[in-house]
Amino acid sequence: MQLQLQYFLLLAAALFCIGIYGLITSRNAVRVLMSIELLLNAVNLNLMAFSNFLDPQTIKGQVFTVFVITIAAAEAAVGLAIVLSIYRNRETVDMEQFNLLKW
Amino acid sequence: MDLAQGVQLVSFGILSLMMIGSALGVVLLTNIVYSAFLLGGVFISIAGLYLLLNADFVAAAQVLIYVGAVNVLILFAIMLVNKREDFAPIANRWIRKAATALVCVGLFALLGTMVLATPWSLYTGPAVVGRNSAVEIGQHFFSDYLLPFELVSVLLLMAMVGAIILARRDFIPEELVPPDSQAIAASTLPERPRELASAGSPTPRER
Repeated sequence: MQLQLQYFLLLAAALFCIGIYGLITSRNAVRVLMSIELLLNAVNLNLMAFSNFLDPQTIKGQVFTVFVITIAAAEAAVGLAIVLSIYRNRETVDMEQFNLLKW
Repeated sequence: MDLAQGVQLVSFGILSLMMIGSALGVVLLTNIVYSAFLLGGVFISIAGLYLLLNADFVAAAQVLIYVGAVNVLILFAIMLVNKREDFAPIANRWIRKAATALVCVGLFALLGTMVLATPWSLYTGPAVVGRNSAVEIGQHFFSDYLLPFELVSVLLLMAMVGAIILARRDFIPEELVPPDSQAIAASTLPERPRELASAGSPTPRER
């Protein structure tokens, strides 16, 4: 009995579901950004598991993971800047009150 | 089961417990500062899982970028918007939470059955030993993934400029705007455009 691919995939699926739950139910805008980071990390874990178990010779999954980490850093910077400017405009971080673009 | 496999299994169990517990804490705790620190715990545990998957370079990058940059950035954002506010209660909010939890559990069940039912074509060749993953990744970056690599660098530059422009505060002093001018009636936004505010003042001084 050794480490299987399925263990990592199930772990990543659990992390992804926790991230989606936090993304939908949390009302603090910063917590929504944290949930997005959880989602991206779940995807990264999937990519790394596939890279180790299906393709250990040309580790292309790790290359994709590095790309995803880069995109996540850019996303965090831009997202937090948006949260800051919204907070300065509306004096709140409540997601329920960010309804400027609602019909 | 020899010693190495046992060590791997035990560390996998500890790391996965840490990761799931911290992730639940990130989502469920009410104090957001605790959530931010637990997010760092999630990132550290994922770096440990990467080490179990024979990826030393990506584990180091995960610790450096996520724990060192993203988590610190989130902590700074929390401190900048640190207003302890009680959100106005919404009627029937528990229905929303319960429905979301139901959907997430269903999604996990779907993904789990898919993972367990799919016949993965596992690598069965000779074990790959003694290769440097950093060298391998670098060769990929500069041969077959050169265009995405350069595009990502351009995207990082764009994100940096965009974040600076979005978060920069255009400070418009109140005393420069006369109280009976058209500018106040025309703009009801808390942050007025700069041209509108300076047009209403006789001597437009900009800070």
